[in-house]
Amino acid sequence: MSKILSDCRYSKDHEWVKIKEGKAYVGITDYAQASLGEIVYVETPKVGDHLALGDDFCNIESVKAASPIINPLAGDVVEVNKSLEGQPELLNQNCYDNYIYALDKFNQSEFDALMDSSQYELFLQSK
Amino acid sequence: MMAAIGIHSLEELYGDLSEEILLSDSVPISQGRSEDEVIRMITTLANRNVKGIPFLGAGCYDHIIPSVVEAISSLPSFVTAYTPYQAEMSQGILQVMYEFQSMICQLTGMDVSNASLYDGANALVEAANICLNFTRGKNTVLVSSTIHPFALQVLATWALGTERKLVLLPEIEGVCDFTSLDEKLTSEVGGVLVQSPNCYGLLEDYSNLAETIHAKGDLLCISSDPLSLGLQKSQRQWNADIAVGDTQAFGIPLSFGGPTCGYMAVTDALVRKMPGRIVGATTDANGKRGFVLTLQAREQHIKRERATSNVCTNNALSALMTTVYLSSLGWGGVKEAASQSYVKAHYLAYHLAQLPGITIPWDKPYWCEFPLVFHDAKKMRKYIQELRNEGIYAGVRFSSLTRRSKDELILLVAVTEKRSREELELYLAAARRVMK
Repeated sequence: MSKILSDCRYSKDHEWVKIKEGKAYVGITDYAQASLGEIVYVETPKVGDHLALGDDFCNIESVKAASPIINPLAGDVVEVNKSLEGQPELLNQNCYDNYIYALDKFNQSEFDALMDSSQYELFLQSK
Repeated sequence: MMAAIGIHSLEELYGDLSEEILLSDSVPISQGRSEDEVIRMITTLANRNVKGIPFLGAGCYDHIIPSVVEAISSLPSFVTAYTPYQAEMSQGILQVMYEFQSMICQLTGMDVSNASLYDGANALVEAANICLNFTRGKNTVLVSSTIHPFALQVLATWALGTERKLVLLPEIEGVCDFTSLDEKLTSEVGGVLVQSPNCYGLLEDYSNLAETIHAKGDLLCISSDPLSLGLQKSQRQWNADIAVGDTQAFGIPLSFGGPTCGYMAVTDALVRKMPGRIVGATTDANGKRGFVLTLQAREQHIKRERATSNVCTNNALSALMTTVYLSSLGWGGVKEAASQSYVKAHYLAYHLAQLPGITIPWDKPYWCEFPLVFHDAKKMRKYIQELRNEGIYAGVRFSSLTRRSKDELILLVAVTEKRSREELELYLAAARRVMK
């Protein structure tokens, strides 16, 4: 059973988004990290990059796959989780404490359009 | 097989094709010949080859190849083993690739090399790819007009029919002109490709070039004959992001122009954008040293259409020749071969420059190849013919590469460490006779 937090929103590509102090933090869900397996590299955007909804140029590499992070809401990158550079396995160990990047200037309606935890749970069950 | 798919004749298989595209006559190839007839035919053809002393270069050079290169690279265990698509296939080949990469890194000064590409032009195209992949959202690459004309054609093919654009940087006095480069580095540009020694054999000065390019967040790729790195600054010393070139000078015979072997090495920051195979060293479960293909997530068998490139192989046999060549010469030998080529080329050029009717243009540094400009076309033809009669290939007509009329009076003369003093004197004596 995948862990799902009630204070996050979720995309159908298995990213979580959480708003804290006006910034939208983006990470991958427990389901995503478990499907990927042992993660060996996380390609992050640069602070200052503008990301559109659905941008997919950042990749997560695991020992068995390489998958893009599908950006769940448009915005400007203001923070990047530097510790993933040397310790990509943090996403396996605790995917909800370890965000990948944070955005500002995002659109609240895009956030609201994401699934809440119960919708995401149903979504996972339907898979 | 036909019964299994429910047809009765081969013609039935082609039933859907219209009459007009089917061959009605038999294929116009001759009947089979006996082994003896074939040997005789091939021998007759081979006898038409004209042996001569080559001063030909223009991208492919007649360097000394120690006999150990052929002895090792023709071992059946190397020749018949295919490229290591499975990491467990052949530790021997993987180790060769690993050594190849290590030597390319030492020569170029870069952080990481792949296990080779098809040739130098292919490596340039892949460098252009990196420039656009790394600097997301850009579509233009600036290319020096002084890179090899054939490599320019390959780049043009790469750009054809896509959104990619090539913008040529002009040449001035035989080298790339970087005047107002800052303005040319528009927001569309992702990187700059240059070559030294360039298409004339001239060495280019890249002082402050990387700084200007990096200030815009763009990449610099320098293509160099790797043997020239025994003498000139390495790509790392120019602060380039990507080093490419062709390792033909390292133990690969001329063979009518190929196959050769491309090399590519990059900075750590670009390792995941680099195409091709990369071999890494590791330890097995028993703690023994071993070799594996690594960082494969970049490649198309994992990342499919999102792969950094469609290159999914390397030029293993040519890379092996390169590796054996470098192992037998060592760093000292590379410097020696590079220096001798330099000294001999300069000796010949110095004396040719004294002759009436020829000029060595532009007063620029060069390494083992230099341009001669003739004052009239008739004399140039005579020069090439007369030297040919003496058993000497005098040089490559530059216009035969570029097809430009303005290049018609330029002859590229290449002198490697293989040319003896006697051969140089023979060349000079013949040249003096023609140009007196």
